[in-house]
Formats: sequence, C-alpha cells, structure tokens
Amino acid sequence: MTDVADDTTAPRGATVSPATSTTQAPVVGRATARPTARVAGGRRGPGPAWRKRAEIAFFVAPALLLFLFFVVWPIVKAVQFSLYRWKGFGPLVDFVGLRNYVSVLQNDVFTDALQHNLTIVVCSILIQLPLGLAIALLLNRRLWGQGVLRTIIFVPYVLAEVIAGVVWFQLLQPQYGVIDAVLGVVGLEGPPQGWLGTPDKAMIAVIAVLTWKYLGLAVILFLAGLQGVPEELYEASQLDGASWWQTQRRITIPLLGPTVRTWAFLSMIGSLQLFDMVWILTKGGPANATTTMVTFLVTEGTKRQNFGIASAASVILFVVALTFALLYQRFVMRRDTQDPAPRKKAHR
Amino acid sequence: MKTKTRTAAVRTLSLGLGVALLATACSSGGTGEAEETSGDTGDSTTITWWHNSNTAPGKDYYEKVAADFSEANPGVRIEVSAMQHDDMVTKLDAAFQSGDAPDVYMERGGGEMQAHVEAGLTKDLSEVAADTISTLGSSVAGWQIDGQTYGLPFSMGVVGFWYNKAIFEQAGVTEAPATWDEFYAVIDKLKAAGVEPISVGVGEKWPAAHYWYYFALRECSQKVLQDGVSSLDFSDPCFVKAGEDLEKLVAAEPFNAGFLSTPAQKGPTSASALLATGKVAMELAGHWEPGVMQGLTEDKQGLGEDTGWFPFPAVTGGKGDPAAVLGGGDAWAVSEGAPDAAVDFVKYLLSDEVQQGFAEQDMGLPTNPAAVEFVKDPALAALLEVRDSSPFVQLYFDTAFGTSVGGAMNDAIALVFASSGSAQDIVDATQSAADAEK
Repeated sequence: MTDVADDTTAPRGATVSPATSTTQAPVVGRATARPTARVAGGRRGPGPAWRKRAEIAFFVAPALLLFLFFVVWPIVKAVQFSLYRWKGFGPLVDFVGLRNYVSVLQNDVFTDALQHNLTIVVCSILIQLPLGLAIALLLNRRLWGQGVLRTIIFVPYVLAEVIAGVVWFQLLQPQYGVIDAVLGVVGLEGPPQGWLGTPDKAMIAVIAVLTWKYLGLAVILFLAGLQGVPEELYEASQLDGASWWQTQRRITIPLLGPTVRTWAFLSMIGSLQLFDMVWILTKGGPANATTTMVTFLVTEGTKRQNFGIASAASVILFVVALTFALLYQRFVMRRDTQDPAPRKKAHR
Repeated sequence: MKTKTRTAAVRTLSLGLGVALLATACSSGGTGEAEETSGDTGDSTTITWWHNSNTAPGKDYYEKVAADFSEANPGVRIEVSAMQHDDMVTKLDAAFQSGDAPDVYMERGGGEMQAHVEAGLTKDLSEVAADTISTLGSSVAGWQIDGQTYGLPFSMGVVGFWYNKAIFEQAGVTEAPATWDEFYAVIDKLKAAGVEPISVGVGEKWPAAHYWYYFALRECSQKVLQDGVSSLDFSDPCFVKAGEDLEKLVAAEPFNAGFLSTPAQKGPTSASALLATGKVAMELAGHWEPGVMQGLTEDKQGLGEDTGWFPFPAVTGGKGDPAAVLGGGDAWAVSEGAPDAAVDFVKYLLSDEVQQGFAEQDMGLPTNPAAVEFVKDPALAALLEVRDSSPFVQLYFDTAFGTSVGGAMNDAIALVFASSGSAQDIVDATQSAADAEK
C-alpha cells in the first residue's frame, strides 16, 4: 500500500512543479514531499480514504465507461426509440407515446413468439436436466473411454452456432437430407415437407437441435459440480451399506443443487434470448411456427425498418428476461447466492 | 527516493518531448499534404460510389468506368466500393442513419426511395439530369415522386417462369402454357412424368410473394392496380381474387418438397439450385436467374442450352393485360449534399458508351435504348424484348410499398403457401400495415 502511494504521489509532485523538483529535489524533495503526504494522509485520517476512492475510481473508470457506453446507453436509446415511429434515418420527430408497445403486445406474431420462447425454456430444462444429469453421473464413474466420451458430448457446444445451424439445416432437408435417408433405411418416413418445412414439426426439430447443441454444457457443468462432492460422504454411505442408486439420490444430486440451479438459470436466459439457431434453421417459419421474441424484433427492425416497434419489442424482452431473472434469484437461487458465513454469525 | 523522483521527472519530460515531436510531425505532415493537393489543380473533389457488382467482369468494368471519368475530369477522384448486395443494403442503412451516405449509390425505387426522399437524403435530379431522363424515357417512372426524378435506372428486369426445356420435352410438354388452364395441364403432365413441377423459396418469402403480385397484375386492371399502389387502398375485389388464384395453385401441390423452408438462391437445396440441377421443371424468377444458376452448378453453365422462359400465364376472366409484366430495377441516385461532379458522374454512367459496355458484359438489362442491341446473352436479349413491348412494368409490390407494408404483405402471402392464411388475410394484413403508415 505504501509503495503504491509512493509511486503515485512522487511523480505527481514532479510533474506539478518540474522546476522546483529539478533544483530542490535533492535536498527538499524528500523532506517536504514525504511528510506532507503523511500528514495529509495519515493512515487513519480522511486522506487515504479519499485516495483509496480515487484509486478505485481510477481503476474502475475504464470498465465503467465501457459499460455505460455499450450497455446502459443502448438501453436508454432503445427506450427512447420505442416511443417514436422511426424508419432508421432522419430525425426522431414522430412521437407516438406507448403506441408501439400496444401494437407489439396486440400482434399475434409477437405473443406466439413469447409462447415459443416459454416452450423452449420449459423443454430445455425438462429434457436437458434429466438427460444431462444421467450422462454426467455415468461419465463420473470410472469407465473405458471416459475422456473420449466427455469430449464427444461437449463438442457440439464448442461448435460455432452458425456452422452447427447450417449443417443441421442440410441434414434436415426433405428427400436429400441425411436424417430422412436414415429414417428411410429403417422403414420410417419423415414428414413430406421436411422437418423444418412442416409447421407443427418445425418446433420439435428446433428443440432437438438445441438439445444436441447445449446438452454438452449441462454435462460439463454437472461434472464440475460432481468434483465438489466430498469423497468422505461416499465412503460414509458405503460403510452404511447404501447402494449406488441410493448414494446418487441422497448425496450426489442434493449436493449438485447449486450447480443445477445455476445451469437452469443460464439455460433459461439463453432460451429467452434465442435467435441464431432459429434464424438459420427456419427464420421463424414456416408460417411463424418457430418465431422467438428476438427473431420478431430483428425482422421488424432490420427487415422492415420499423425501429420504433423493434425497440418496443426489445424493451419488452428486456423486462421479461429481467423479471424471470429476478424471480429466479429471489425464489430459487437465494440459498446459493447468500454467503453462508454471516448467516451463521447472525444465528449465534 | 531521490533517484525515483529524478527518473520520474525525466520520464515525464521525455514523454512531453515525444508528444511535442509527434505533434510537430503530424502538423508538418498535414501542411505537406495540403500543399500537395492545392498545388494539383486548385479544386480537387472526391466522389464516393457504392455498387454491388463485386465479381468479375462487372467489378473490373466499373473500375475502368471510374478511371475513365477521372481522366476526363481532372481533379475528380472516385472512391469505388464494390460490395455484396446484402452487405451494401445493410451498410447503406447504417450510412443513412449516421448521415454519412456515399455520394452515388443504388436506389431501388418505390416506398424505400420515398422514405429517403422524405428524410431529405436524396438529391432531386429532374433539372440537373434532364437530358438523361428524356433519353431513358418511361423507365424512370419508378423513381419519380410528384413528377420529380430522384434516381436514374441503369438496369430493369422482369419476372417470369424459367424452365428446363429438356424436362418439358421428356414430360411431353411441347408448348409453354399461355393460360392457367394450360399451366395446370402442364403440372399434371410433369407430375405424371415423376418430376416436381415448380421450386419456390418460401423460406425467404419474397419469391412466394411474386406469385401473388403477378396474380394481382392479371386480375386487376392497370388503373385499379396503379391507384392501389399509389393510394395504398386495396378494397377492390380483384386483390382478393388474386389470393384465391394463389390458394388454388397451392392446393394443386406443384411445389418442391419442403418448399416452406426452401431458400431462394443460397446453397444446393435452394429453389434456384433445384432448377439448375434438373430436380424441378420450373421456377418463377427475375432476369437474374441465369446468372444465379450459373453460380450454383459446378460447370458454371446453369441450365445452359436447356434454359427456357415464358411469361406468367393469363388468368381467365382477369381484367389485367396478359402482356403486363412484374419487374424492377436498379437506379443510380445522388445523396443530398454530394458535390456537383457526382451528378455528372451519374449522367456518365447512363451514357450510351457506359451502358453499351454494361450490356456487352451481360451485367443486366440496360435502360438506355442505344445500348439494348449490345446485350449478348440470348436469354437476356429475349427478356429485353418482352420488357420493351409490354404495356407497363409493375414494380415489385414490396419495393413499391416500402419495407414495412411490403414485409407484412409478404408474410401474409407466405402464410397462404403454408395453408394457414386466406386470400382475405393477405389484403387485410397489407391494408392494416398500410394504414399504420398513413
């Protein structure tokens, strides 16, 4: 701490009065500069507090500026745009109040999109949680080819979303696609218009691809969580004569709770903001069967240049995601986020 | 501590010196440059030009055109940016938002251009390019608002059915269908021969929308149509009839498997690729189709000799002229506040000389009558004849109405292809989007 203080104050003294420092520094420099620094900023006086704050400000400022500029400012602008009818160029003059919000909320395409988002949130968790848990428990045992299996499970998550999307798009083609060809071999038949071209099948296809893509993340997180389960507990349960199954149910899964809750939170927010995979697979079609809130706002904004409506939709998306996040933090993750130490102290 | 202070002081001093030196270097560099330009001609101007001919031979041709212009006009430098079309459109939007638009850019007319004009972004060319406008004749109509001209079209194309001659022959179809009754007979014959009759890229919506536009063109009289387009009033029953014609076509199931998610032009399973590789017999598309198909086949020939074209068939009882065509074009526009030389450059781009070169390179369908005979590609030359002999060319509705109304309309049309929307829904969706604009 003192070293830092020296480094920061000494050059400052030099820069403020270069003339004096060059002439007087040999004798006075040390004698005056040091003590004043000490007096003005005795360890317990107001000085270091001020200096500490200045230091914090100095180091936080760049990040804070970036955050303000790239996160807060765009949000403020989006709220502003959402109150106007605006084509994307020219001045903002056509103030329409909350009309954009009304038109978004009354638009069937948007309410359907919201429903699709919720479907994806629920399906992602309902499918990936048991599947991910099962695979993680399996891969946590010593078994042949463990490393290879873990890699295979994780590879889809590492693949770029767009590339995975393009590949799946081709695989799911009717007639010429691999999936239909494989189904044909076993005597089954895909839908005649293709998985992505049939309105009531497209969502199933999208969810299947999303499961394939994100299962790896769940598995890796659960595996990491499993490393945190103390070995003693297993030993103890073994001594008590618990079966493997009982050990998993009574010890592993409860202790995996924080990891599962964090994963579910990430999965939920990701599902609410889903865009890239859907855009590449279906662009929200066929017949708006797979739209999400983000495909809606991208279509309105960049394709139709209704920037006011797109901004209103983005603000609604923001509010929905924020509400979900807060409710989840409040009711599900409270146990994990609170520091256990102070609670114990309070009890004593 | 003493040495520390000393070195810090020295460091600060040297830093200050460095900054000072740098500043001097910059300022001297600045003056040097200024001297250079002022010593050159006195008034040097730079024109920025964005175009979408980003592949040979178009790109090289435009480089040459820019160089020729600079040579003939000393002191004028042209900064050419050749971009992929979609990139260009995105960048143009961004440029207009930031108020930093290129001096010469592409304008597709209709509602899109109207929005630019209303925002004061596009220069009125009526006076300054009067002679060029009179050369181009009626084709500038799509770039006029209240009698003022804001863009000079350099290429105008038309939409029709491209078909595979060999497949038609195999299926026993000897003549291209002229009416929809004949068209349905062709569909039956093709299906009997085991060929998927038509590919359409509903995944991107606009290729599907062209069907409805064309049915409207056949069902509605020219007056009703043009009044509807300008006043955004679609109450005439002919618009609903157009949708019913479309419903009937969709019910006949002539389209490629998976057409609801088929892309228009990208990739081996796109509508254009299916036609180019002989997987379907025909596709409704514009003048760009032979070029697109060439890019999608390994031998770069597309359908080659088998490329055939016929106009959108007539609808029995329709009030529209069967010779009227749906089409659109690209025009050069000058942004407001661009130097005067930019107008001269656009006039040069539409001159006999440049348009003839444009035609010779098969870059599009030229609008300057003096260049028409220079088109080499037989398919394009035939299209030119169709275009120039048609009573009128209707601009694509989505372009004409602007992105907002056009997008809502195309969505509703795509829903009819998915059998989850009705003829009336198209009109309703378009009308309500149009009313929201008013």
